[in-house]
Amino acid sequence: MKEHLSLGIDIGSTTTKLILIDRGEVVYQRYRRHMSKVRQTTLEMLREMEIEMEPGPLSVTISGSAGMGLAQGAGLPFVQEVYATGEIVRRLAPDTGVVIELGGEDAKVIFFGGGVDERMNGSCAGGTGAFIDQMAVLLDMTVDEMDEASLKASRIYPIASRCGVFAKSDIQPLLNQGASKSDVAASIFQAVVNQTITGLVQGRRIEGKVMFLGGPLHYCRGLQRRFVETLKLGPERAVFPEYALYAVAMGAAFAAKDREAMALDELIHTFLNCPHLEQCDRLPPLFQDEAEYQAFRDRHEKASVPVRDIASYRGKAWLGIDCGSTTTKLVLIGEDLSLLHTWYSANRGDPVSLLKEQLLHLYQLCGDRITIAGSAVTGYGEDLIRHALHIDEGLVETIAHYKAASHFLPEADFILDIGGQDIKCFRIRNRAIDSIMLNEACSSGCGSFIETFALSMGYTVEHFAKLGLAAKAPVNLGSRCTVFMNSSVKQAQKEGAGVEDISAGLSVSVVKNAIYKVIRATSPTELGRHIVVQGGTFHNDAVLRAFEQEIGAPVIRPAIAGLMGAYGAALHSMRRTHSNILGPDALARFTHTSTTSVCKGCTNHCHLTINHFSDGSRYISGNRCQKGLGIAGGEELPNLFAWKQDFLASLKPVPGDRGSIGIPLTLSTYELAPLWHGLFTALGYSVHFSKPSNHATYEKGQFTIPSDTVCYPAKIMHGHMLELMEAGMDLLFYPGLTHNLDEGASDNHYNCPVVAYYAELLKGNMDQLSGIRFLYPYLNLDSPAALASSLYKSLRAVDAGISRRELRRAAKAGFAAYEVYRTRLREEGERALAYARSKGHRIMILAGRPYHVDPEIGHGIDKLALSLGFVVVTEDSICHLAPVQHVKVLDQWTFHARLYRAAAYAAAHPDTELVQLVSFGCGVDAITTDEVRDILENAGKYYTQIKIDEITNLGAVRIRLRSLLGALEERS
Amino acid sequence: MHDKSFVPFTKEMIGEYTILIPNMLPMHFKLIVSVMKTYGYNMELLETTGPYIAETGLRYTHNDTCYPAILVIGQFMDALLSGRYDPHKTALIMFQTGGGCRASNYISLIRKALSKAGMEYVPVISFSLAGLEKHSGFRLTLKKLHRMMYAILYGDLLMNLLNQVRPYEDVPGSAQALADSWTRKLGTELGAAKHIRYKKVLQDYRAIVDAFAAIPVHKKDAVKVGIVGEIFVKYSPLANNDLERFIIAEGGQPVVPGLVDFCLYYVYNALLEFTLYRRDFLKHLLFRPIYRLLNQKRDHISRILSESGRFEGLTPFAEVVRSVDGLIHHAVKMGEGWLLTAEMMELARSGCDNIVCTQPFGCLPNHICGKGMMKPLKELCPSLNIVAIDYDAGASRVNQENRLRLMLANALKKQDA
Repeated sequence: MKEHLSLGIDIGSTTTKLILIDRGEVVYQRYRRHMSKVRQTTLEMLREMEIEMEPGPLSVTISGSAGMGLAQGAGLPFVQEVYATGEIVRRLAPDTGVVIELGGEDAKVIFFGGGVDERMNGSCAGGTGAFIDQMAVLLDMTVDEMDEASLKASRIYPIASRCGVFAKSDIQPLLNQGASKSDVAASIFQAVVNQTITGLVQGRRIEGKVMFLGGPLHYCRGLQRRFVETLKLGPERAVFPEYALYAVAMGAAFAAKDREAMALDELIHTFLNCPHLEQCDRLPPLFQDEAEYQAFRDRHEKASVPVRDIASYRGKAWLGIDCGSTTTKLVLIGEDLSLLHTWYSANRGDPVSLLKEQLLHLYQLCGDRITIAGSAVTGYGEDLIRHALHIDEGLVETIAHYKAASHFLPEADFILDIGGQDIKCFRIRNRAIDSIMLNEACSSGCGSFIETFALSMGYTVEHFAKLGLAAKAPVNLGSRCTVFMNSSVKQAQKEGAGVEDISAGLSVSVVKNAIYKVIRATSPTELGRHIVVQGGTFHNDAVLRAFEQEIGAPVIRPAIAGLMGAYGAALHSMRRTHSNILGPDALARFTHTSTTSVCKGCTNHCHLTINHFSDGSRYISGNRCQKGLGIAGGEELPNLFAWKQDFLASLKPVPGDRGSIGIPLTLSTYELAPLWHGLFTALGYSVHFSKPSNHATYEKGQFTIPSDTVCYPAKIMHGHMLELMEAGMDLLFYPGLTHNLDEGASDNHYNCPVVAYYAELLKGNMDQLSGIRFLYPYLNLDSPAALASSLYKSLRAVDAGISRRELRRAAKAGFAAYEVYRTRLREEGERALAYARSKGHRIMILAGRPYHVDPEIGHGIDKLALSLGFVVVTEDSICHLAPVQHVKVLDQWTFHARLYRAAAYAAAHPDTELVQLVSFGCGVDAITTDEVRDILENAGKYYTQIKIDEITNLGAVRIRLRSLLGALEERS
Repeated sequence: MHDKSFVPFTKEMIGEYTILIPNMLPMHFKLIVSVMKTYGYNMELLETTGPYIAETGLRYTHNDTCYPAILVIGQFMDALLSGRYDPHKTALIMFQTGGGCRASNYISLIRKALSKAGMEYVPVISFSLAGLEKHSGFRLTLKKLHRMMYAILYGDLLMNLLNQVRPYEDVPGSAQALADSWTRKLGTELGAAKHIRYKKVLQDYRAIVDAFAAIPVHKKDAVKVGIVGEIFVKYSPLANNDLERFIIAEGGQPVVPGLVDFCLYYVYNALLEFTLYRRDFLKHLLFRPIYRLLNQKRDHISRILSESGRFEGLTPFAEVVRSVDGLIHHAVKMGEGWLLTAEMMELARSGCDNIVCTQPFGCLPNHICGKGMMKPLKELCPSLNIVAIDYDAGASRVNQENRLRLMLANALKKQDA
């Protein structure tokens, strides 16, 4: 070993780490957040080291995702960070089995022994350290406080582990419903653990000692605990080394030791003089000069609302509250619609207490001059606030926003609202909402994304936005989900982009996201001629300007852009003359506590949050149906989801002399179960289907899922296979089906690739299957004879006694059973339609794939629809009532052809609405959704799409369905 | 089932219309363009690149559509809107396999994009062996297909040699320049000759191999990196951010299976329809000789390559087919299907056990045949060093490159050991 020192510099997405090693001993180490000023921070740290240490000649190697650009520019050696970690762990702790390292935005897992395997998170799984930071902001806590709180948790809520944006939309409603912060904090850590397991462990067994590295795992004991418990690690197997923060830097220093040495001075000099690599794509500036900005400001100042001094006002007033996902807004308006009082605050996880204080303050301001004649609440927290404070009316936020905007600009034909977490747009035709578009869970978080991003870079959002206005060359960050933006920002930083350019670039991205991802417009004329933009995010002038630039036309932003929901609610409440809102005395005595429980009413097992109020009343949230509220009885509306579930449950095993066969009740089985049941029963097998899924089914199998972006219905299949094996089945069956049944209604009759071939993936990734007989023959469903002949070989391998004739007869019996099912399904569908019409109920076609009927996959959305007064039918129960559709795309999947026909049925019937369920990650639905939308909209109907995934925030689904209902009512 | 928006490419349009082709395989497609010129078609390969291609695509199609569709549509729409072509005298062409993957819908998505832009009159030709659509001005005759087969074979040979020489060339760019000049030369040849004489083809093969062997090179321990995956992303530099170039710059030698393998895969699947499900007997009869023919042609190239003493030949396709026995069934035929698994297996067996598996973000077949097969593949070949890279309009290059670097770092270490 040479005598000189070796220096490792690890520049990650959020921090820079330095480590200096002298003959194997660490002599200096530092750790600092670089706030995206990568080069500057590194230089500062080097200079400090120079002063403190005055080190002699040293060799250097750089590592880390943000270090790559700097190394390139400076011409210094670079080592990939996961590789660096692997090398150092092998040296320092050779008995390590697995390393789990979480960084600012990366997650890495390294397996040693039995084939070294180093893995990093894919482009979909969002950052982890950055994710925890964002979640802490959401809880209004520091990361330390959040960690502390998590240790006191009593329960874990399921939170989506796919990416930060998903998790956020699960957490917000939990907070709004009053779940305890301790429980939420622990649940957040559990989500990180689940994400690491599904995203990176991917079916490989965790063996030997597990070493945990990186900042979050070093600092957060709560996170450590979640990992240790989930992986069932004893104390001897979980290793948390002192160098957890510095492993990459140490690896880099180690890689540096054989390189040529240089003086520290020289190194600093190299950094100072290295060229900026300007590669990333830049956009034109938001404003050419100050004058242009001034003109822009003047124009928008005209769109204001009259304000009156509350101290001089006398008479009636109306109160509007918008309890949103991250903020709560309140306005009080007078008889002339002027603003008497406005208030705006972050929720900090407890909107009820905040509103109580604010209302008390408002009562003081009102004195006895002003009486509140009506009140209304809208937003995520609508139900909770309405019950707690006895607000008179609740209305869905989409309608509230529309009321405010149309009051503002009666001829408005397009409204775009970008809030903290949602994008909503409405198209208005004939003074009624014509179509509503909400962002899908994957592109939400837009407004709060800018905010948390600003905070993470050490700026307030106002300051951050202001910087963007002056940007000379905004960075082009693309128009995808915010997680992707994070890595685009990383790229821009690597290439030396400044904060101004990033700020402006983020604004442009948010706007592009809204226009191209949510509205999906190609030109501004498509949006409308009178466009109103609102929502807190449009207070940001950079976003507003970016929007006008992108569509190439001026728009109207009301001065109260952030208060429009509350203003609309207040307007709505003006139809009242007397309010029952809690008065000053009652309010002063008001207190509120919440407890949690799990509803046992049905298999959905809703997590209930029970809010107790001081007047003895309570409010329960988290329920899908009335059962959770302890209310029974009432009219039971037809529900084809329930009918299908019951029918499948009626397919019981019939004792037979050939033994038992297990079939997972997933994907194609939801369609073909009657066929397989008929066929195998006729052969003398006792047919056992797995039970309908719940979240535990998914968790059971999650360790064997190799692709984290496949749809949830496929992922959950792993659990079904395990459950069947646990039930003692040693013969399992899930066939390969390139083609589905040919219903003669489409150009071809394929299954999607996942439905068709998932058995191959199960066989390859579930070691458990090698212990039993798993049959997955490739079958031809064209006729009983074709089925029998394609099934023959594989069945013979199991039981040599099966004859061709016997099998053909059994196949006939299977097809006959399937035919009975199909006929009954259609009769049932027609009966439901007739019932709805005789009683004057609205009909909802909850259209998706057969497997969306599974209670875990469909999340009980059918029950939600029933509770809103709809009769629920499925696409396959009524599609026979509409003609075969000629669509603009290749109509080549059996299940999808039904969708088009169901849409045509809804298009032809004024009392029928279609809501399309789409599983996240379903590539095929990128094609079908546009077609279904076209069929409906051409007939003047609303198109409603609900994206569902592992976790679905039913609050958002409720808003969608209520908006649909609200729009229908406004129209009629 | 043609709907109203179907605009056929008629006989009258031949020669009068410019037909635009998206850029998937630069050399192969240039040769195909030359072939089509012989028949009077005026074709043009789009070579536009840059982030605005994807942006244009996003503007005209569903954002959750696969990345190749976004790029293809972006390239077409960009060309039509650029003013370089008269939209009333332009047609578009796209491949359509007709399988159960959503890629079969690219044609429809292109038409929808056109109608969004008010250019629904532009004919979109489906290049499909399955005969999904009828265009009187664009018939795939056996003769045409025969010529195109040579375009593909030449293209494969050039691509193969280019990758075997480029990492070692003394003068940077010399291999590419040679490939380009051969592409031009072969294009003229394929376009001019009345009949293709196979003897001449074989002569050309040898001349090409000799010419590449003559490029001055230096010795260097470049680590071999296989590139497999979804066909468009695997081949198109526009889609994979010039992956081959990146690997060479990082000291690797790319190994990319040829397009003729995909053709063989397609034909093999058609044969299987009968053996497996007793469907399409006539097709079976027709495709059997085609399968033999393609195999023969491929074997000739392989022989000439290995006879050079300098370059490596190709593994016989029959072996590629067999390599997945017990791993994945040949009935898995959507997208790249079993071929993807087979290519990984074959690469690993032939000593190229560092692999990049490319796919568009959310590619459905690759869940099964790519990511879904990695665990069993690694169990069979523990030294396999494989990285799955997702390509997407929003994915950042730094993320992709970081993962590629990790794979390369491990590859180099393995080589040193």
